[in-house]
Amino acid sequence: MAAVDTTVTRDTRARFPITEVRWSTVVAPLVLGALFLLSWELVVDRAEIEPFILPAPSAIWEQVTANTGNIVDGATVTGRNALIGMLAGAVLGVVGAAVAGSFRFVDQMAAPVVAALAVIPIVALAPVLYSMFGAAVNTGRIIVAGVSVAVPVYLNTLRGIRQVKAVHRELMTAYAAGPLQRIRSVTLPTATPYVFTGLRVASSLAVIAALIAEYFGGPIGGLGKSITSSAASSNYPLAWAYVFGSIVLGLLFYVVTLLVELWFSRHHQPA
Amino acid sequence: MTEPAISVTGVDRVFGKGRKQVVALTDVDLTVADGEFVALIGPSGCGKSTLLRLVADLDTATSGEIKVFGKGARQARLDQDYGIAFQQAGLLPWRTVAGNIELPLKIHGAAPALRKARVAELLELVGLTDFAKNHPDQLSGGMQQRVAIARALAESPRLLLMDEPFGALDEITRERMQNELVRICAETGAAVLFVTHSIPEAVFLSDRVVVMSPRPGRITGIVDVRADGLADHHDRTERARDQEGFFRAVAEVRALLHGGASTSSAGVEPAGVGVEER
Repeated sequence: MAAVDTTVTRDTRARFPITEVRWSTVVAPLVLGALFLLSWELVVDRAEIEPFILPAPSAIWEQVTANTGNIVDGATVTGRNALIGMLAGAVLGVVGAAVAGSFRFVDQMAAPVVAALAVIPIVALAPVLYSMFGAAVNTGRIIVAGVSVAVPVYLNTLRGIRQVKAVHRELMTAYAAGPLQRIRSVTLPTATPYVFTGLRVASSLAVIAALIAEYFGGPIGGLGKSITSSAASSNYPLAWAYVFGSIVLGLLFYVVTLLVELWFSRHHQPA
Repeated sequence: MTEPAISVTGVDRVFGKGRKQVVALTDVDLTVADGEFVALIGPSGCGKSTLLRLVADLDTATSGEIKVFGKGARQARLDQDYGIAFQQAGLLPWRTVAGNIELPLKIHGAAPALRKARVAELLELVGLTDFAKNHPDQLSGGMQQRVAIARALAESPRLLLMDEPFGALDEITRERMQNELVRICAETGAAVLFVTHSIPEAVFLSDRVVVMSPRPGRITGIVDVRADGLADHHDRTERARDQEGFFRAVAEVRALLHGGASTSSAGVEPAGVGVEER
């Protein structure tokens, strides 16, 4: 009996679907976007719509190129708030889920609170937080972003923690592994793709929360503040240019978290 | 070492309470000597997996006593006296093959250099040296199961508990894995408690085949394969599958499974050869 194993191995590449995207899937939405912009431009031009109702894409783009520095500065301020909030919220969500996953009564206690938190429009708390921490600092905005992120991350992580396979649990029991070893070797790695799914969903929420929180006051400099002040001074194309900046910022957050998610789930079997 | 690897005395396991009570095991007595290979065979629901789980201390007996190397099952688990493999390979998909084999060593705080050496040794043993850096999702079912066996052997346990480890494999891979297991057992000298559905598998691998029957789960008979003129203790070769003693032992196990008396005196049944009775 030859000891040589002739079993054919399966696809030996790690699953990182971004490398398998076909051109058509990229081109098709680009074409649609171009068509949309073109018809927007034409409609504004032909129907002679006033800029304070809807500026043409070309006018907005003009403002974008003329104010690139300001938009980038604003995006940096808002992005910083969103990023800090997101990281803090993610840590809070993961730790909370780890605790709730380990102790059933914590989960039961927290479930209604989390449900309540999920339906509160967190941004509505911004004015309250400004008076709490002072309107001259970004703390209130960071908290708003953080809480918006913590909820989806918590819920997704908790779901991930519950996906731990029975055979892995028993293996850990057979190894007489301690509770922390269990969490580190099996529970958290199982939950990791779910954590990042939550984070991906939350990433755009973080930007939106940080941005909208600026509408309610606080220090100037962010994109949200710039949108309101440009609109208040009737410079609508500029307001739209800042909106464009916030779309790019939101996309940036989304794409980065998406890539991180794909990276971390590359060896997990597709569900 | 005179202490038996496993000693089970008067064990009962009852699931549930009151009217919904299910007797999974009743009055089970079994001893597995050090270095002995014992297979548990029987139809579904006969409690063979339950018995293995009791020995592994993944479940607790309702009554009776289980000793592993003279210690209580719980103490044996805490002392890591056994290695275990399940029907599902149960590898951690985010770890490489080497990382999976290393896992028990890492959990028990072995030094990195020692871990590395041991993993290399085990990869060699199961013939997967070239796949050390692959992830489980890149391996075939048979290869995954070999990783799981290597992992079970990581801490050189003197007892291996295997719950239908080849149950999910195709017949060809399965026979190859059986041959490898025989070789590995010969090299390590570990005692094995092996749960299976397959009569030829049980007879080929074991020193003794314990036949169980369901409702309530109990041991109905034990076939000592060594007494049936098969090859010597842990010295099975591929040829063994074609020897007369092999067929006789298969026939005997089959007779016990079907509730009949031992038919060791009966002739060989070539027609039934290789037919798996599940």
